Parts: sequence; structure tokens; C-alpha cells
Amino acid sequence: MSRIEAQRNILDFTLSSLLRRKRKNAALILVYTLVVFLIASVMFFTHSIRKEASLVLKDAPEMVVQKLVAGRQDLIPLDYIEKIKGIKGIGSIKGRLWGYYFDPFFGANYTLMSPDDDRLPSGTIAIGEGIAKDRKVHAGDMVALNAYNGETMLFKVQEIFSAESALVSADLVLMSGDDLRDLFGIPKGNVTDLTLKVRNPRELGTIAQKIVQTLPDTRPITRDEILRTYDSIFNWRGGVIIVILFVAVISFFIFAWDRASGLGAEEKREIGILKAIGWETSDVILMKFWEGMVISFSSFLLGMLLAYAHVYFTSSLLFEPVLKGWSVIYPDFKLIPFIDAYQISTLFFLTVLPYTVSTIVPSWRAATIDPDLVMRT
Amino acid sequence: MIELLEVRKVFNMSKPNEFTALPSVSLKIAAHRVTVLKGPSGSGKTTLLSIMGCMARPTSGRIILHDREITSMPERFLTEIRRKTFGFIFQQFNLIKGITALENIMVPAYPTGEKRSQLRERAMSLLEVFSIEQKASARIEWLSGGEVQRVAIARALMNDPEVIVADEPTAHLDTKLSREFMETMLKLKGDGRTIVIASHDPIVYESNFVDKVVEMRDGAVVGTKESS
Repeated sequence: MSRIEAQRNILDFTLSSLLRRKRKNAALILVYTLVVFLIASVMFFTHSIRKEASLVLKDAPEMVVQKLVAGRQDLIPLDYIEKIKGIKGIGSIKGRLWGYYFDPFFGANYTLMSPDDDRLPSGTIAIGEGIAKDRKVHAGDMVALNAYNGETMLFKVQEIFSAESALVSADLVLMSGDDLRDLFGIPKGNVTDLTLKVRNPRELGTIAQKIVQTLPDTRPITRDEILRTYDSIFNWRGGVIIVILFVAVISFFIFAWDRASGLGAEEKREIGILKAIGWETSDVILMKFWEGMVISFSSFLLGMLLAYAHVYFTSSLLFEPVLKGWSVIYPDFKLIPFIDAYQISTLFFLTVLPYTVSTIVPSWRAATIDPDLVMRT
Repeated sequence: MIELLEVRKVFNMSKPNEFTALPSVSLKIAAHRVTVLKGPSGSGKTTLLSIMGCMARPTSGRIILHDREITSMPERFLTEIRRKTFGFIFQQFNLIKGITALENIMVPAYPTGEKRSQLRERAMSLLEVFSIEQKASARIEWLSGGEVQRVAIARALMNDPEVIVADEPTAHLDTKLSREFMETMLKLKGDGRTIVIASHDPIVYESNFVDKVVEMRDGAVVGTKESS
């Protein structure tokens, strides 16, 4: 019990000590919070964006088959379906029509796709929220797109949709297969690629091998491969930022070491007084530990809260142009909050622990001096 | 009560600036008495006082407290002895700036693990003893010289020590405050405490209640005068 009381007394004294050095500690907390805020923002952002990506690809086909000409993707003839339909393990095969469209007027890139069903009659389109916002169009408005031959095609906006993830839906335009062929000049009998469903996902590799054997000019891509690509892209993006943050963290440590650990003459004198009047070295270290903990833990919490608000309430205002898609239209992004204990503990060990240690070490050195020095000052 | 046997203290040992503060001092401090270490500055009074009060270890020699040798005790035990047995009054008073008079008095007792309410009560009663209870919540830098002195004495008494050790306590005080200080020491002697003061102020060593004056010069005891 008395040990707990001693801890309480020392903690009380620590808090009043912190208040005595308001300016120094406020500066420390400010810089510290900023670093935690930056790191936590990147962490929240990259984790959530990867989560989004997996969400987006959840309904993606298990395998996509593309035709290659001179190593580049080309249109694939529909009769290829017949050639591989017989491969054991394939559930269903469908041709898919899609492409990219550059809108020179708005300077934006759209993804055009033809849905599986016939919900869009010819002459109508469904567009993503990003495009609608960018072009200021509403359902029922007309949208003009330039066809491959220079002709202008008019489409009526039937629907503006929002998907679970804004990442894909923002720049998406859906139109009927015939319209898409007319717009891009895709001949009948050809599609962009084929999508496959397999009966047993474990056989994906074998099936892919058999497809290449049957059709040597094709390239099968599995969903897992796409997921891995997304993962590495977002990781890479996170990575770039983390390298920048690493520099921030290093400069923070130099700052922290200078401000917190380099004890001032007044603080050294105080440690001397405390030892002279009966504090043990361990009591002094305990006090410095609490001091470090109070500063680092409050900055940690504050930085985390600010980062959470930044990423999930302001849609990562500061990072948006750096981290989000290549498309010119930035999705009005509302990431799904995704935080796990692993993330938080990593950040905790990266920030709170080193700081606390960096304050204790010099205090320990100061606390082990003979208390009689205080009698000579 | 305290016995020093052939105590030697060398600073910066084996360095070019090596300095012998005490070549060899043997001394007995009687319990419940007032002993004054008298001598010019640099005579080794403060060094002797800090060795006696377990603040520094001698380079050689022995210290005996209550018939127990404490010279080679680990730091933890020395700290405990320092906390329980000695109350220190420093030359500059060495109070902690930025906190109140009350907190300053409580600080020595924080690591003992006593309840804060009890500590507060005891510190308040000490402030009352010295008639400065109205200054309890005043920051130390707002107090007058006399009030600071009384807070320093109150802090020395916080852990109810047997021995009061004071190093040049009147060096920065005027005559009136110096006499006030000695009156307080007289009261403490009356309470049965042992008092050791290092000073070269006649107000201190000529006080009629001082039992023993130990004269020092160049780190050695050159004379002892005991009052009858």
C-alpha cells in the first residue's frame, strides 16, 4: 500500500513539475503530437485503403484471360471461349467489354464498362459520383462522348451510383455493350477480356496452365495476383511516405533528446536537492519516468485522435493528392474506419517507449551523482 | 551518537586536479547537543558535514552512527538513514522554485509512502509552529528572506529527524534573522534533537546554548571548545 502511495505522491509532484515548465513541455507536446499525427495518419490511411481494395476485389472474377499481341494486351475473339470451355474445372466464362476514355475538356480519365446484365438500354449510361460532380450532371441529363471515329455520341444519364467503395465508382461509366463497341470501335466477335469462374479455387493454377497450353497467345491473371498488386501499390505508396516520416521521426528524436534529455542546470539542481533531502535514485528515475510518460502518452493520444479525424472525417486532406489514385478525378473519399490493436501498439512502441527511455537515461546519470554536490552550489 | 574515525576525503582522485579536502579527521558528535564546526571557507566544514550526514562517502576512514558502522552501506540504506535521521538546512536553503511553501515542506516525505492527507496535515502543523501558515499556498519565490528560512527549517523537520544539519545557515541573513534562526535551533535542542552547524558567523558559534565548537583549518580539527 505504502509503495502505491509513494508512487502517487511522486506522480503528483511530477505533474506539478510539468506545470512549472509549461513552455518547454508545451513545445515538446506540440512537436510530439505532430509526429504521431503524421505517422498515425499514414497508418490509418494505408490500412484503410488496402481494406477498400480488398473490398473492391471481393466480387472480382477469380480469373481474367487477356489476349497478348507483341506483349501488349489486345482484344480477344469471343470464339476463344469455345476453345477453353472444355477445360476441366471451369465453371463459367464470359466476355467483358471495358476501356478507358480521356475527356479532354475536363482533363479526366474515365473507366467505361459494359455491365453483365441488360439494365442499360442503348443510348443510356450510369455514371459514378465523381464524374457527376465534375461535370455537374444529374440523372436525366445528356452527356456527350467522342467516339473513336471523331463522331460525338450522346447519352442520357439514367443513374448516378455510389458503390461501397468510392475508389472504383468515382470515375466509372456503365453503358450497354453495343454502345461501348460503337464508341471504341470494337468489332463484333471481340471483347476486351474474358472472365472465368472456377469450381475449385485451388485448381486455379492448373487451369491457368491449361489455358496457356491451349491458347499460347493469352495471359490468365488470377484475383489473388491482382490483390497482391494492389497490396504492393498501396504498400509502396505507404512506403514512400514512411521514408519521409522516418526523416521526421529522426529529427523529432534529435529535438526530444535535446529538449527533454539534456537536463537544464535548474533541473539538475532540483535532482540534487531531492537526493539530499532523502529521495533515492530510483525515486528520481521514477519521477522522470512519469514525466516522460505523461508527455509522450498525452501526445500519443492527441496525435492519434487528430489523425483519426484527419483520415476519416476530413478524407485525409493533407495526403489526398499524394496517396490517392492516378485518375484526375479524386474520389470524394470516405474511408471505412479500420484500426487494429497491432497498428496502435506499433505506433506506441515507436513513439512512447523511445521517448520515455530518452528522458530516463540522462536523469539516471544525474540522479547517481553524490547529493553533496548540492551543498556546493 | 556520531563518530568519525580517521576520515579522509579526496576529490578528483588520480586526476591532475586531485584535492584533499580532509586529510584525517576524527570527531565525536554527542546526542541532544549543539555542535558548531567553525572555520574559514575552504577549511573542510561542508565536506565534513556532508560525510556526517551520509551525503558523501569518505575516501577512507569510518563513520559510526548509533554504534553501527555505516561507511560501506549500499546507497539505498544510506538514503534511508539520511531521510530518517537527518534534516538538512542548506546555505542557499535550496528550496524548489515554482511550487508552494507547503509542497516544499512535504517533498522529503513523498517517497516514504505516507498518505498525502497525513503529509499535508503534518506540513501544515510545521508551518503553524513557524507562524507562516498563511503562506502555505504561496510560491517559494514570493516569500521574504525570513519566511524562506522558516520554510527551509520546516522542511528539515518534515521527517522528524534526530539530527539537524545546517551548512552556513546565516550566511545570507541579516543579524535579526540570524538571531531568529538560532532561537529556533534552541527550541529544537529543547525538543531533544542533535544539532550540527557549520558556520563562521559569531552569532552562531558564540551562542550560549552551543555545547561544542570544533575549530577547523585546512581540513583538520585544530581545536575543540566544550562549554561546561
